[in-house]
Amino acid sequence: MRKVFAQEIIAYARRENCFFLTGDLGFMALEEVRDALGERFLNCGVAEQNMVGVAAGIAREGFRVFVYSIAPFCYARPFEQIRNDVCFSRLPVCLVGNGGGYAYGHMGPTHHALEDCAAMLALGLDVFAPAFDSDMAPLLAKLDGPAYLRLGYDVRPAGETPPPYAPWRRLLRGDKGILVALGPLGGLAWGAFKDYPADERPDVWAVTEMPLQSVPETIVARLNSGQPLAVVEEHVVQGGLGMQLTYLLAALGVNVKKMLHRAALGYPSGRYGSQAFHRRECGLDVIGIQNMVTNEMEIQS
Amino acid sequence: MKDFPALKHKFFAARRRLLKMYYESNSGHLGGSLSCLEALIVLFHAVMTPRDRFILSKGHAAGALYVALWSVGLISDEKLSAFSLDNTTLPGHPSGSGIPGMLFPTGSLGHGISLASGLALAAKYKSSDYNVFCLCSDGEWQEGSCWEALIFAIHNRLDNLTVLIDQNGLQAFGTIDEVASMSDLELKIAAFGPSVVSVDGHNLEAINAALTPAGQESRNDNTKIARKPRFILLRTRKGKGTHFENDVSSHYLPLTKEQYIAACEVLIEQEEAL
Repeated sequence: MRKVFAQEIIAYARRENCFFLTGDLGFMALEEVRDALGERFLNCGVAEQNMVGVAAGIAREGFRVFVYSIAPFCYARPFEQIRNDVCFSRLPVCLVGNGGGYAYGHMGPTHHALEDCAAMLALGLDVFAPAFDSDMAPLLAKLDGPAYLRLGYDVRPAGETPPPYAPWRRLLRGDKGILVALGPLGGLAWGAFKDYPADERPDVWAVTEMPLQSVPETIVARLNSGQPLAVVEEHVVQGGLGMQLTYLLAALGVNVKKMLHRAALGYPSGRYGSQAFHRRECGLDVIGIQNMVTNEMEIQS
Repeated sequence: MKDFPALKHKFFAARRRLLKMYYESNSGHLGGSLSCLEALIVLFHAVMTPRDRFILSKGHAAGALYVALWSVGLISDEKLSAFSLDNTTLPGHPSGSGIPGMLFPTGSLGHGISLASGLALAAKYKSSDYNVFCLCSDGEWQEGSCWEALIFAIHNRLDNLTVLIDQNGLQAFGTIDEVASMSDLELKIAAFGPSVVSVDGHNLEAINAALTPAGQESRNDNTKIARKPRFILLRTRKGKGTHFENDVSSHYLPLTKEQYIAACEVLIEQEEAL
């Protein structure tokens, strides 16, 4: 997803008056961005607080500014600068966190981003979690005020083409409840169930934008008819997609009979490994999600 | 304005208004406003053009900034009277909105130089000729982000950036030397390579001389050495001219009626001496 992001930024910068700041990251990924943007590309060094403050200053002069780093260095280290310097003034700064969730795998817990969406949503940023490479251009086109872009890996099933971009997208039709996945887990769930018969798999949806503005009517209708809801997200429960969705459904008066939730659990075994390892520990891998649907997702009468 | 007697009268009027404002609102943080008021009066009356940008990184000196803006006619007396009261546009630390020229909310220390660097960098990119001024405190340099910003500003040759440091030697719970000494701050900053001068921060002429382009070294020289930000350390006393001058209590405590009257009397004496 990062390479596609780099290409889309180059295209974006041809149209828009923007700056791109990096906290000394982007080796073998952002060289073309650096070359294309020239003096609008700045390596701010290993100083993320300063980088966000500088971004706010540049943005105050009328530019959109992208601030790039490994996700936790982008949203956690400079949290107060994001809050005070960017968000209080609603400046057009887009924080780009590479490696949402456990994507940095073996690099260890300091490099994982498990509570990023909640933290950024709490400050009032628009959160974008693209599911597929092809989401990048339409998401960049939607940028307005402060935003957080959570980059991961496109894991769509081989040979498949995602539907046209939308904040909610149905990736598979199924009769066994509703499964909603955040960002790249949509592609994972798509692959997990694409060969299942329709009556043994859920409707699989990908959500790529938060805060949630609405819920598709078809989902509301099926939940009201007693079908179960499953949410999968590579993010902690607190402030994540599941909490937001159930809050919104409650506000809409939707009667959710049963909700299943698979979310980031941190490091339950005290061991560390690849993104696949951590997903497996949290039941966020293909088998974990399949087992959840097979064993726990009975249709309520 | 380079008419220093007139500038001094502007300053005295501003200080009188500042004391009244803090007394009437029963607010603290007067000490840090009194230590930097001269610098703000010089900046707004004698140095800055309408195109220049200013960042108050030591946001707790909001009162001094509000009064300086009042002094140049950008804030009305009525607005000033609502300082730090309910339904005000002038809270105890700047909100960053609703006031001409106030670009960011400040109050948490260690933000201003980065913000100012962003503004200065954008000016360079746009080939705009405005300058950026940032006022921070000395205790603020205990924040690591100040040093991040220092490195950035020097590396990017932001010679359109001037950082003033109100060096009153006091912070919230003691002297800087007691709490977390930075020893010779001027020397430490100078070691990074910018232009650094130290002046009497209560002397309008000295502040003006330090801020005036003629007093700068080769500002228009395009060599790498010459293109660097300026740092001006203002040797000041917190709570200047009040009963709690150079006392930690000036960071927090409001003025009683007696203390307010006494501070006004000091002011009258100084004005008469002038």
